Parts: sequence; C-alpha cells; structure tokens
Amino acid sequence: MTDDVLLSAKGLTKTFGDFTAVDGIDVEVRRGESFGFLGPNGAGKSSTMRMVAAVSPVTSGELRIFGQDPATHGPAIRARLGNCPQQDRLDEELSVEENLWVYGRFFGLTRAEVRARADELLDFAQLTERRKDKVEPLSGGMKRRLVIARSLINNPELLLLDEPTTGLDPQARHVLWDRLFRLKRQGVTLILTTHYMDEAEQLCDRLVVMDHGRIVAEGSPRALIQEHSTREVVEVRYDVDDHGVHAGPLEGIGDRLEILPDRVLIYADDGDAAAGAVARSGTEPLSTLVRRSTLEDVFLHLTGRTLVD
Amino acid sequence: MSALPESPRSRLVHGERRPLSAVERTWGLVGFHLTLLRRTWRGLVVSRFLTPVLFLAAMGIGIGRLVDRSSGGVAGVPYLQYVVPGIVMASAMQWAVGESTWPVMTLIKWNQMYAAMLAAPTRVADVLRAHWVVVSFGIAWGSGVFIAIAALFGGVRSWWALLGVPIAVLTAMAFVAPLFWFAARTDNEEGFTTIFRLVITPLMLFSGTFFPVSQLPIWLQPVAWVTPLWHGTELARPAFLGDPLDPGHGAGWAIHLAVLTAYVVVGGWGAHRAFRARLEA
Amino acid sequence: MLALGLARFVILRNVTSFRRGWPVFLSGFFEPVFYLFSIGVGLGALVKTVTTDSGAVVGYADFVAPAMLASAAMNGAIMDVTFNVFHKLRFAKLYDTMLATPAAPKDIAVGEVTWALIRGGIYSAGFLVVALFMGFVHSWWAVLALPAALVIGAAFAGVGMWATTYMTTWQQFEIIFLIVQPMFLFSATFFPLSSYPEALQWVVRATPLYHGVVLERGLMLGDVGSGLVGSLAYLLVLGGVGMWGAGRRIERLLLT
Ligand SMILES: Nc1ncnc2c1ncn2[C@@H]1O[C@H](COP(=O)(O)OP(=O)(O)OP(=O)(O)O)[C@@H](O)[C@H]1O
Ligand SMILES: [Mg+2]
Repeated sequence: MTDDVLLSAKGLTKTFGDFTAVDGIDVEVRRGESFGFLGPNGAGKSSTMRMVAAVSPVTSGELRIFGQDPATHGPAIRARLGNCPQQDRLDEELSVEENLWVYGRFFGLTRAEVRARADELLDFAQLTERRKDKVEPLSGGMKRRLVIARSLINNPELLLLDEPTTGLDPQARHVLWDRLFRLKRQGVTLILTTHYMDEAEQLCDRLVVMDHGRIVAEGSPRALIQEHSTREVVEVRYDVDDHGVHAGPLEGIGDRLEILPDRVLIYADDGDAAAGAVARSGTEPLSTLVRRSTLEDVFLHLTGRTLVD
Repeated sequence: MSALPESPRSRLVHGERRPLSAVERTWGLVGFHLTLLRRTWRGLVVSRFLTPVLFLAAMGIGIGRLVDRSSGGVAGVPYLQYVVPGIVMASAMQWAVGESTWPVMTLIKWNQMYAAMLAAPTRVADVLRAHWVVVSFGIAWGSGVFIAIAALFGGVRSWWALLGVPIAVLTAMAFVAPLFWFAARTDNEEGFTTIFRLVITPLMLFSGTFFPVSQLPIWLQPVAWVTPLWHGTELARPAFLGDPLDPGHGAGWAIHLAVLTAYVVVGGWGAHRAFRARLEA
Repeated sequence: MLALGLARFVILRNVTSFRRGWPVFLSGFFEPVFYLFSIGVGLGALVKTVTTDSGAVVGYADFVAPAMLASAAMNGAIMDVTFNVFHKLRFAKLYDTMLATPAAPKDIAVGEVTWALIRGGIYSAGFLVVALFMGFVHSWWAVLALPAALVIGAAFAGVGMWATTYMTTWQQFEIIFLIVQPMFLFSATFFPLSSYPEALQWVVRATPLYHGVVLERGLMLGDVGSGLVGSLAYLLVLGGVGMWGAGRRIERLLLT
C-alpha cells in the first residue's frame, strides 16, 4: 500500500553552501500517523520540514510527498498540506480574520468556503472574540494559535507543525494538544518538530531524534525509553559548584550515572532502591527525586547533551 | 472538522486537488494586496497626491509665470503645459520607488508574507505578477486622477494626454522591476534611503521633466538618455501636446518604447531570479 | 556653558553613531545642490532674470541659490531632530540611560540641537563653497551667511524636536514631511513673494523658512536692509521657544 505512505525520504540532504544542515536522513510516514522530529537547536528539523513542505529545494536524496516529487509537483503537494512554519509570517497590519481569509484565497478556495472555514478555525483557535482585532497587539501565544489555524484553512491531509507550541503557556499547550488529537482522529496525518519531551510523548506515535542533521534514534516514545534508558531516574542535587566531585561515592548505584552541571542523574529500574543507596553514600544531597524516565533521558544518553537548556 | 463542502470540485476535498489556473493564482494573491490597501490607502492618497499637486502649483504655475514672461513658454507652449507630463512621469517614478522598496522588504523579511504565499500552491512568478498588477493599477489610477487635476488648471491641451496613463504605468514598471531585483538582493534598508536621495531626486531633476535636456551641460545629456524617466517623459510629452507620434522626431517614440520595455523585461528577469534565490532557499 | 559641557556627550554619541548613516548624511547636502543646478541653472536659462521682493533684478540662479542654502540648513536640522530623536526617545531608550548620568533633560535638548546645528552647519558651509565657485555670491555680507544658516538650523531644530516629543508612531512623520515639503516649494524659494495673491503672501510670511530665505538672500546678494533684523528675530525666538518646550517635554516624558 504505497498509497498510504504520505512522506518518504531516502538519503534526504540539505546543504547551505559548505554547511550540511540535513545529512542523508531516511524517513517514512504513513497516513493517519503522527510523527515527530525531536532535536536540539540547529539539529536540522526546520530545514527538513521546509523540504517536506515543498518550499525549499532538496539538495540530494529522494523525497516523495503524497507519492509526488516536490521538485516537479510543488504546487500540487502544497495544495494538500498544511504548513505551520516556525516563524509566524502573519501580516500584523491585518486583522485576525483577514489573515485567514487572504491565506485561504491563495489556495483557490471560494469566498464562501474561506469565510465558513475561517469561522470554524477561529473557534478552533479560541480567537473568535479577537477576530476583528489587528494581529499586532496579540500575545505571542495567540499569534501562534492563529498560524496553526491558518495552516488548516485548506483542510489539509497532512499537517506540518514546526514547533507548534513554542511560546504558549502550559494551559494553551494542553488545549492545543487536545485539538491536534481531534485532528488526528479525523484522519489528518501530523508531522511535528518539538523541543518538548512531554509534547513528543503526548502527540507522537513515532519519532526520530535528530542531531547534527542526522537521525540518531527512531521508534515510539515508549520503545525509545525502553531501549535507551531505564524505567526510573533519580535526580540528586548537591550544594557544590561541580557535581563531578560526587561521581566517586555514587559510582555503582543504579545502571548508569550522568553528571550534569546542576545535578547528578542515576539511571535505575528501581528508583527507590537507588535513592536509598544515595542516602547511605554519605554525600549529603540537598534533594533526591525519583521520577519516571522520559525522552529527555533518551536524548541525553544518545547525544550527551540536554535538550532544553 | 464539520461543515465541509459537498461539491467534489471544491478544493477542500481530500485527495489530489484541482490545480489553480494562472488567473486564479494571481487573483488570490491580488486579494491580499487589496485587503492590505483597504487599511493603508488613506495615508497613501495624501502622500502620493500631495507631492505632484504641490509641484504642479510651484513649478507649473509659480515658476511657469516667470518662464512664460521671459521666454514665452517652452517648445511653443506655456510652461505649465510643458511641465505637466514631466510631473506625471516623475510622480509615477516616485510612486514606483515607494512601492518597490520598504513594502517589498516588509514582505520579504519583516512579516515574510511572500514566504507565506509560497507555502500555498503558488510560484514566485505568481507572487511577482500579482504584486505588479496591483502596483500598476495603483499608478494608472493615480496618474489618471492627476492628469484630470492638471486639466482643471489648464495644464492639458489634448485628449491624447490620456495616453499618459499607460505610459506612466510603463515608466513606473521600468523602475519597479529592477528595484524588486535590488530589494531581493539587499539586506540593509539604508540602501533605500540612498537610492531615494542620491538617485531618484537627481533623476527627477535632470531627466527632462522640468526643462529640456538640451539645457544640461553636454556631458550630462547622455546620462539622461539611459534613465527610464527621460524616455517616459519624451514618450509622453508629444501625446500631452496633441501629437503622440511626434513626427518631428522620426521613430523616436519607438526607441523610447523599446528602452522602457527592455527595462521591464530585464528587470523582471532579474527580479524573478533574485526572488527565487532568496525565497526558495 | 556648563549646560553645553554636559550636552557634549549627547553630541559625541551622535557623531559616532552617524558614521553608519553617511548616505543619509550626504544626501541632505546634495539635495539642495541638485535643486540649485536643476531649477536654478537648468530651468533658470529659460527664466533668465527675476525681480526680487526688494526690487532688485537678478539672475534666476542667483535668486534660487540663497533659498537653497536656507533649505540645506533646514534639512540638516529637521532630519536629525525628528527621526533620530524619535528613535532614541521611543525605541533606543537612550535618554533613560543618559538621565541616569548627571545630564539633565535640558542638557539633552541643548545637546541634540547643537548636534543638529553642527550638521546643518556642515551642509551650509559645503553649499556656500559650491555657490561661491559657481559665482552666486555677490557681496562680502555673505560671510554672515553661515552664521545665519546656523540660526535657521537652530530654529528648525528647536521646533522640530519639540514636535517630535509629541509623536508616538513612525507614521506621524508623514506630518513633518507634509509641512516641510510645501515650505520648501513655496517660501519664496523659487519665485518671489509678489507672485502670490495678497492673502497668501501673509501665509508665506508666517513660515520660518521664508524668513530664512529672506535673510540668506539679503546677505548673499548684498541687499541688506532693516527687514533682515525682523527675520532674524523671528528665527531666534522660534528656536528659543522650541528648545525650551522640548526640554520641558523630555523632562515630563522621562522623569515621570
Ligand atoms: N537559509 C539558511 N542559510 C544558511 N544556513 C541555514 C539556513 N537555514 C538553516 N541554516 C542552518 O542549518 C542548521 C539547521 O537549522 P534548522 O533551522 O533546520 O535547525 P532546527 O533543528 O530547526 O533548530 P531550532 O530548534 O533552533 O529551530 C543551522 O545551523 C542553521 O544555521
Ligand atoms: Mg527550527
């Protein structure tokens, strides 16, 4: 059923001059899936998304969206997908609803279709009350919601969201997740990028971790955690400048230690037991916290760096 | 989402969508510019009309009286009638520059609406075409109104002056196309101030708009010949004076027309290239 | 002089930040020169001579040149005090930083105006040199043309700065343009006051640029009469009132 593969990339590469932003990645996304790109700043997520959105030419490798080549079928592809770019790209002099109307017209929708669609989407984005207001004074989160609403104006089959919730407060994020779930249930395929582990765990059936333009791991959130981390993690903080000084006494507790500037992470399947061992180590921690392992830990393990600083 | 259309022809239906014709693509993008104009036209009317009307009064009437007293007019007509086509073309040029500098930079860089357009089923050529259609209509309308105002003051002597409208659009486009090219390649808006002050003002003053180029020092005259404004003015003036083909100058009109067209074509080619390089990175 | 002492820092900062904006700086100088050559010389060949308001018959370019000098002084002053002061006041928060130092609002006003004058002075001096070489200077009185240009600059800088303190958006700068441009064209710059109907003559007489033009024209043509004293007084008063108002406004805006 190749018909059900909405995105297929083989050896997809993007270079800017000498710099390789995306370095030969292989990805496949099927209809109805929700798929995530996870990675730190500069990993190449946006560069990938822009190629997938058929707005940025592929340097090398093969890319098919809806089975079509963006180099030759750009407009046909763009007509079917929704694109929420990382930057808002709103005309701030226009009103909220005008931004939706003009954008809908770019897709060749009729005036009536655009109006009806805009009404629904304003509701979706909880912006109905602000519809007549200029965009300029809106809060960053409102603008973000408007951009997401705008990307849905053409009723896309595939929705691309580049950091959809950056700048949203926690409550607005949860509301948005809920909306995206509903879209997914209606059969819309989602591809998103994020820095947020909880977002990736909530929204993605499957994800890839990107670093330096390469894919370093792939799988469902649960599988990735199982493969690259332990069930639980103990976070230990000390009143010292360099947490490395405690590496010695803690050695041997749990499966693995990770020393960060501000804390020590102990990976263990039984967190409570590990915490007990820390208490007996004589290191006098300020605090000890046992939590479940997350994608953050996966990322840390894979790249040796934290994701959100 | 609910309330999706029943018609299978609608472009909201999932699956391969009906392609947009060039007219549909252009029209959709024009809609954006018109929506924006609805918000900004008041300010534009004041700034775009006041300048030409002030020049009409100061040059045509104020200085015109001095010229007519001393020299009995220029080229056999009162100075006011001589200068009106010059002012029409010079203001078309200024309008063109105004439309192709900061507003273009805004759409490229500040609000990135060009990029937003290109996320839809449009191409760079559509984006340029739509913007230029809107600019052309603005200039056609503006110069038409100005010619009417000038006629009220006795500055127009022939119905052929209406040809001034298409000539103004062509002259303006001879600036618009290369300036879009420049705007797409620049990152620094200070360049625009330089263009305005150090290029556009001298062009307006030395391109045969206010006095015949033959009054200039001989070495300056060839400079005027390469400027679109001079060709526009030379093309328009005979029409304003009642004889569009200006038999006294042979095929001069054809040369002017060709030069202006060349500016539009070459500028359009460059703008298209530069826009692709900038927006399809 | 103490006030000017502190104000010196304001001026220095302007000089350093202005290196980047040299095209703008140059253009303020070239614009009046372009007009002189185009309208004064080019079109002047068709106008030939003109009778000034004091009755002298002079070549057209000789008539236009002093007016362009006055305009150069106005341009230099207005551009700076409007665009730059607005930027600093509303965006760069520069004055807030300055007020944290012992510079008082009055010093800031004086400093900005002085900088505008330096700039206007450079324009005017450059223009005078051009005019001298072209033979548009006809009298030793013209040695006073430069100080007169500074007075004109001070007048425009003062009111311009005051007006700027009332602005809140960049769009409002259209208004300044809408005032400066007609003034440039109609303040007896390109044709004498006597060309206007009586009622309009009084409107022209009310504008500051007209008095600047009268002053410079008198000096450069050597046609000096008591009328010049009135024009001089008008400009001095205008500049003083403007600076006083601007200082008060800046104080209000920043110290509340
Ligand atoms: N147009 C461009 N020209 C040159 N370099 C670019 C361009 N776009 C992106 N890059 C570079 O490519 C690399 C990847 O950028 P990209 O925007 O894809 O990263 P990202 O994963 O989206 O990061 P972020 O989380 O910060 O959004 C960066 O080093 C960036 O500087
Ligand atoms: Mg990104």
